[in-house]
Amino acid sequence: MAVNDTLEGTHHIIEEAREQQDKILIPLHNDFNQELTTLNLGPTHPATHGIFQNILQMDGERIVSGVPTIGYIHRAFEKIAERRPFYQITTLTDRMNYCSSPINNLGWHMTVEKMLGITVPKRAQYMRVIMMELARIADHLICNSILGVDTGAFTGFLYVFQEREKIYEIYEEVCGARLTTNMGRVGGMERDFTPVAIDKLRKWLKEFPAVMKEFESMFNRNRIFMDRVVNVGPISAEKALSYGFTGPNLRAAGVDYDVRVMNPYSSYEDFEFDVPVGTNGDTYDRFMVRNEEIWQSLRIINQALDKLPEGPYHADAPHYYLPPKQEVYKNMEALIYHFKIVMGEIDAPVGEVYHSVEGGNGELGFYLVSDGGRTPYRLHFRRPCFIYYQAYPEMAVGTTLSDAIVILSSMNVIAGELDA
Amino acid sequence: MTPQDPAAAPEVAVAEDPIKVQNARLLARLHTLFGEDAFTDVSEPYGLLTATTTRERIHGIIAGLQQDEEIALHFLTTMCGINYPENVGQELGMIYHLHSLTQNIRLRLKIFFPVADPVVPTLSDIHLSANWMEREAYDFYGVIFTGHPNLMRILNVEDMDYFPMRKEYPLEDGTREDKTDLFFGR
Repeated sequence: MAVNDTLEGTHHIIEEAREQQDKILIPLHNDFNQELTTLNLGPTHPATHGIFQNILQMDGERIVSGVPTIGYIHRAFEKIAERRPFYQITTLTDRMNYCSSPINNLGWHMTVEKMLGITVPKRAQYMRVIMMELARIADHLICNSILGVDTGAFTGFLYVFQEREKIYEIYEEVCGARLTTNMGRVGGMERDFTPVAIDKLRKWLKEFPAVMKEFESMFNRNRIFMDRVVNVGPISAEKALSYGFTGPNLRAAGVDYDVRVMNPYSSYEDFEFDVPVGTNGDTYDRFMVRNEEIWQSLRIINQALDKLPEGPYHADAPHYYLPPKQEVYKNMEALIYHFKIVMGEIDAPVGEVYHSVEGGNGELGFYLVSDGGRTPYRLHFRRPCFIYYQAYPEMAVGTTLSDAIVILSSMNVIAGELDA
Repeated sequence: MTPQDPAAAPEVAVAEDPIKVQNARLLARLHTLFGEDAFTDVSEPYGLLTATTTRERIHGIIAGLQQDEEIALHFLTTMCGINYPENVGQELGMIYHLHSLTQNIRLRLKIFFPVADPVVPTLSDIHLSANWMEREAYDFYGVIFTGHPNLMRILNVEDMDYFPMRKEYPLEDGTREDKTDLFFGR
């Protein structure tokens, strides 16, 4: 097989890379020639909220250098995707940022729709906006409440996790799943919102603001909390841009880049909302930006629910959207389409497309190259975490260990998305 | 119903399509900055200007675009490797997506090079974010980035001795016979 032929050719590449790697210097002594302590933080440390390893060189309590190791839950999604039909890739996207799976799912569907040239009806677009904003709230709630836990405030976490549970119940009512949602289909949503889902949503929209206000009043001006987060792990706007920050972390540094505003998708241009920005990109700013984004997401959901248009909840795209099951039993064409879609035998046009959505923690991009077959020729996920997590050593150096945990927590690094 | 070919749609549109105008402006700027012969295969799939250049030029172009005040493509959105085994002498490629956050212009640049000599200049001196993205490309495609500060595997184990995203590595063990499916291709 050809595999072995090229293996011969690649050995020198690996050797060269290993030689380069040996040249990296890790400090072993401080200025007074005292030996530094090597601390292995992770990979399974309860305070890292995920499987990250950082090998820290510590001078007493102060961090001198940090070397992150990632890839502990790498599952080769990009390779697997090269063998799967488009609709089967949705379940891979669930497992990237598992705190806001609907955004990943629907972002992927929008990428495929862009490639196929399918226009989704307004109702489905509004339904998607509602689900994506719910996912953003769930994502931000986790990040901010866990930041509270890491600074010693457990109560707020318990308050908002009840609300997150209710969001998951709404997911359940809409798509049947809670965590890995597999929500929506190429061409629209898999089913209309049921009356129960609408009721749950309205009830939640009425109850949640009070809890959120309570959460904010517990943290925003809390002396102990502010002492732990103000001016901890700041990053300048220039540095953040160079490191490829996007999402709340970039906005906390003062850059108002939001994909929803700059390149609106799924009718985001119909809604009125503000983009909160911070000033110096420290942990407090990241916390405050996320809190404000929760309020803005609530605004969007309220507008979308009030304006929710009547009409079909999926596009008329029989090649890609499964026919109703009753039709499949009675109708020949429906049976053929059903079979071809389920077996993934429908070819896609040749082309390449990049589409990005505002994920829970930044610009979530899908770069899809199609050679006209049933599967992508190449699929690359732009995972925001993967790109901005490389700034972590720089942000953590010079702080204490307890601050390093708080910085990591406020960056909202999700292991599934980091490692893909 | 046959699926519509969406790539054909932009050609029907009139010249006032703002994306077309913007791309024409970007392309004219690229030509004045770096010369017309620097770019080949210029196209606009789905409204995103795409051009192929060479690995000798890529560092200068991306550095120049970051500094250029008129276009200011200062944000490296993403980069990834790609493998076309049938293009002899051009088997491997790198694809860069640049974005101007001030003017909302995107540009996709591609370079191709032989798999036997996969050496490309690093961008980590221009964009700090290139560091891990290049490590990822090295990890999966075996692209060597000259001048990279820390070129080692990032997601796979360090003692792996092949590059798994190259097309020659099948997803499953190709010698397995118990899962053969002649119709849907295992």
